[in-house]
Amino acid sequence: MFAGEKMRSMKEINKILEYINSFHEKINLMEVCGTHTNAISKFGIRSALNKNINLISGPGCPVCVTPDLYLDYIYDLSLKEDVIIATYGDMIRVPGSLPNLTLENAKAKGANIKMVYSSMDAVNIAEENPLKKVVFLGIGFETTAPATAVAVKEAKAKGLKNFFVFSIHKLVEPVMRLLLEDESLKINGFICPGHVAVVVGEKGFEFLEEYNCPSAIAGFEMDEVIDGIFYIIKSLKEKDYKIKNPYSKLVKPEGNLAALTLISNTFIKVDDPWRGIGTVSKSGLKLNDEYKEFDIEKLYPITVKNTNRNNGCQCGEILKGKLRPNECPLFGKVCTPENPIGPCMVSGEGSCSAYYKYSTF
Amino acid sequence: MCLGLPLKIVEIENKEAIGELNGVKRKIRVDLIENLKIGDFVMVHAGFAIEKLDESSALETLDIVNELEEAVKNDK
Repeated sequence: MFAGEKMRSMKEINKILEYINSFHEKINLMEVCGTHTNAISKFGIRSALNKNINLISGPGCPVCVTPDLYLDYIYDLSLKEDVIIATYGDMIRVPGSLPNLTLENAKAKGANIKMVYSSMDAVNIAEENPLKKVVFLGIGFETTAPATAVAVKEAKAKGLKNFFVFSIHKLVEPVMRLLLEDESLKINGFICPGHVAVVVGEKGFEFLEEYNCPSAIAGFEMDEVIDGIFYIIKSLKEKDYKIKNPYSKLVKPEGNLAALTLISNTFIKVDDPWRGIGTVSKSGLKLNDEYKEFDIEKLYPITVKNTNRNNGCQCGEILKGKLRPNECPLFGKVCTPENPIGPCMVSGEGSCSAYYKYSTF
Repeated sequence: MCLGLPLKIVEIENKEAIGELNGVKRKIRVDLIENLKIGDFVMVHAGFAIEKLDESSALETLDIVNELEEAVKNDK
């Protein structure tokens, strides 16, 4: 909350909920943002809705959608003697194709792993360690890709030869289209990720109108998530499929042009693998030719094509919204936040972690 | 990493700024923000301000209540 901003009163929130709950058709509403997943569980929003309104979590947690193929590659990279891995904290405990393939374990074996708060910290680490190759793990959707772009440009301006990026940034539109086209899912509305929308704007979600899919861009406070659901229900009732933006205090119709320009002049779109979903056309961002000297994959290409995980983890199905976390046989028994088997339980943004933490099952 | 932090800008130096929340100060990058001023509120992700808060819009909490009343009327 910003200073001076007032949260809606409970009386108003209850009125909005009353309107939402007057809708009795069976519907599936999907959110595609780890912070929404958490907010919905934390505020108990599921239990405030009638049982026909089914809130499902989609592939909105960047760490969770990163496939084993990439996680194994990062693990191997971290064990190279002259490499320092600079990463956001979320990646440190995520296992690859085997439970022991985590950066945490690599660190115990002597790997040099540095947790960073910002991509710029990684550039500083490269400057301070000229004899090491510093690899920044560029992860996240449109919200964090511009930060990676700025770091690469800064490294270029400084003439750094030892700064690299493993770019595993992903775009939300291609995967949302794929999920909408999956008839077994039947998504009736999207709660659009507020901070991706800050970058791509309302425009970035207008493609949902092609599918007659009601959607609203939502913030992350309790009332903001409920506002988002309100607009989707209102759109469903009124058969009005125009994207709604109740998060207009931050999200502009055209988005953040500086951020969009950085993305488009630093990266190229590539077909990219997603956990549980497979390869999604033009859904990944890799550094373009102008910045290829910073692309760690040019120096150490990924040689493995596929990895198999046979430990019963259902993260893939959960990310598609086909299973709820508590429907996985491992959930809460073998797989807990203390002993996570899959990424959806490891990451604080993962839906398994949110379900477990707030016991919303 | 997608968790945003709203910070108030207290210092600006080129592409860097100091943002503050409840007395805690943090150095951030402001490459993505145009015409930033001291006192502006920004949403910060992974060390980067991603947008300025539009205060006029944030203070309009009444807006949705009017829409709700309209929606309920149409519903009947």
